[in-house]
Amino acid sequence: MNDVRPGASWSGAADEFVRIDNVVKIYADVVAVKSLSLSVGRHEIFALLGSSGCGKSTLLRMLAGFEEATSGRIFLDNEEITALPPYKRPVNMMFQSYALFPHMTVEANVAFGLKQEGVPRNEIHSRVYEALDLVQMGAYARRKPAQLSGGQQQRVALARSLVKRPKLLLLDEPMSALDKQIRQKTQIELVKILDKVGVTCIMVTHDQEEAMTMAHRMAVMSEGQIVQCGTPQEVYDFPNSRFVAGFVGSTNLFSGTITVDEPDHVQIESEQLSRPLYVDHGVSEPLGMEVHVSIRPERIRVHREQPSTDVNWGHGVVSHMAWMGSYARYQIRLDSGMLVEASVPRLAMMQDDAPAVDEEVYIAWSDDSATVLPS
Amino acid sequence: MLRAPHSWRRVLTIAPPFVWLILFLLLPFLLVLKISFADLQFGVPPYTALAEFKDEALSIVLNLRGYVLLFTDSLYVATYLHSVKMAAITTVCCVLIGYPMAYYIARSEPAVRNLLLIGVILPFWTSLLLRVYAWIGILRNDGLLNNLLMAFGLIDQPLEIYRTDLAVYIGLVYAYLPFFILPLYANLVKLDTRLLEAAYDLGARPWSAFISVVLPLSMPGVIAGAMLVFIPSVGEFVIPEMLGGADTLMIGRVMWTEFFNNSDWPMAAAVTCVMVLLLLVPMVLFQYGQVRQLEMRGGRR
Repeated sequence: MNDVRPGASWSGAADEFVRIDNVVKIYADVVAVKSLSLSVGRHEIFALLGSSGCGKSTLLRMLAGFEEATSGRIFLDNEEITALPPYKRPVNMMFQSYALFPHMTVEANVAFGLKQEGVPRNEIHSRVYEALDLVQMGAYARRKPAQLSGGQQQRVALARSLVKRPKLLLLDEPMSALDKQIRQKTQIELVKILDKVGVTCIMVTHDQEEAMTMAHRMAVMSEGQIVQCGTPQEVYDFPNSRFVAGFVGSTNLFSGTITVDEPDHVQIESEQLSRPLYVDHGVSEPLGMEVHVSIRPERIRVHREQPSTDVNWGHGVVSHMAWMGSYARYQIRLDSGMLVEASVPRLAMMQDDAPAVDEEVYIAWSDDSATVLPS
Repeated sequence: MLRAPHSWRRVLTIAPPFVWLILFLLLPFLLVLKISFADLQFGVPPYTALAEFKDEALSIVLNLRGYVLLFTDSLYVATYLHSVKMAAITTVCCVLIGYPMAYYIARSEPAVRNLLLIGVILPFWTSLLLRVYAWIGILRNDGLLNNLLMAFGLIDQPLEIYRTDLAVYIGLVYAYLPFFILPLYANLVKLDTRLLEAAYDLGARPWSAFISVVLPLSMPGVIAGAMLVFIPSVGEFVIPEMLGGADTLMIGRVMWTEFFNNSDWPMAAAVTCVMVLLLLVPMVLFQYGQVRQLEMRGGRR
């Protein structure tokens, strides 16, 4: 497919540190992972994003060695690990619930992996404290996991999974057990630590914000397959399907037919809009074809005056407005009856007084705002 | 003032088990304790009263005959030691046989698990007496086991098991195994399998993961089960009486003999009191302390 959309190319990693090759996992009667291939580069933080049951956790468990692939192969640093048991893989995992050993102190938890390796006692001690200092938990070495807060437990779990210096670190929903308030701060801290250590990391999450905050690249999964793979910006700005557009961030979807098809732009006529959509990139779909167009809410401006251009605007009535703090979320019912969401930054609201509910407004967006979705 | 009705309700809720324990455990024990200080006499009851009011004088006579005899007659001391030894070996056997069983049941699929649990509980549907009789049929010189072994040509002469200590061990382990499996199962089934996965993930081979994670976390279950086996085995009467030889000394049999054969109630009572005070009370306190410590280690929030 010679797609000319930016960012639409399949982004494989440059050096293929982790290579997943046509991996399939079939449980008794359910196909959890359908022939999936993926490569992750050295030092990369890679996120598998999807809703529950999409196969992302199964894939992670196959990387850890807890599940055996029905077919396909997994390579790590040019060595096949497909059939290795978990205790023979240079892979460590931070569990969703942390799975800290409740009967051991923080220190013993972190030392556990090194003891299994037969590392000399004094080296264990120095490496344990090095790892605990990395996550700023050195002062809590003598505590039991139950005496720590959720955030502290997470740090200990991270130290425990890093202390063996694994080639690959797996994070299973790393933030799901934390309160929403400390999540964002923790995400950034975690990325800083991972970058400092330079470990290759594959994480699983259902939270698109988490994936976008933390990952260098991400793959959106659905029904055991990767739907789209790329950097968070690529996936957000140029979703390749209605599914991805709706899953990663919220969006407004218009359907219409292509009426002008030039190499550098297309024009799409939609029944939902009074004016045609003008998109400043070419598409591979032919003239007259039915397509979908995605416009993110933050790309839509709300005006009282009619825009002077011929394209990329619509007319409607404000049906709902919600203050979200830093921005306001508008719902506007177009003349066609379609509901469009627009988020207007606080700054823009301050300058001109904001349109209120039931007011007639125009929505408009720039030529580079819309993305044509092939499916 | 407002709290009064609430505290009344609380008392009412907690009261039944305490009333039960006082009526059916503490009170009988005090009666037995009283009898143990009495002297033997012919009549009904076959022991003297402790307190007597005669000629305006209240005389309380504490008769220590039973206790003196207990600690001076080597037969009683030997009986105690032998009972403890038999109970201890029974407990160890139950741990060794029961742990793998409990672990396997806890790790099975839920449907299979229930079936296996029913298998553990099923023997309780028949009386212990009948089951011990069945063991006599199996272990006798001309019993099932010996016939089978001889039919296969493994032995020429019947093995002498019935009426030996070995038969008592077999009977005790058989009878008390479920009491070990059930509490341990209840503990193991709660064990988070992710802890085991975390151990594997950190490089622990299955056996090492078991020793360092599963075993320590299951200790409260092991201790609870071991106590449920040990404490009743010490005083067990039916199994040593029916399977053991004449020289199988156990407290339960001595009590029976003193009580029914010799009609020496004070002596039987003294044997009982010493067993309770010297053996069982320390055991219960130990178990209480252990379980509490382990639960604290396990981190109750």
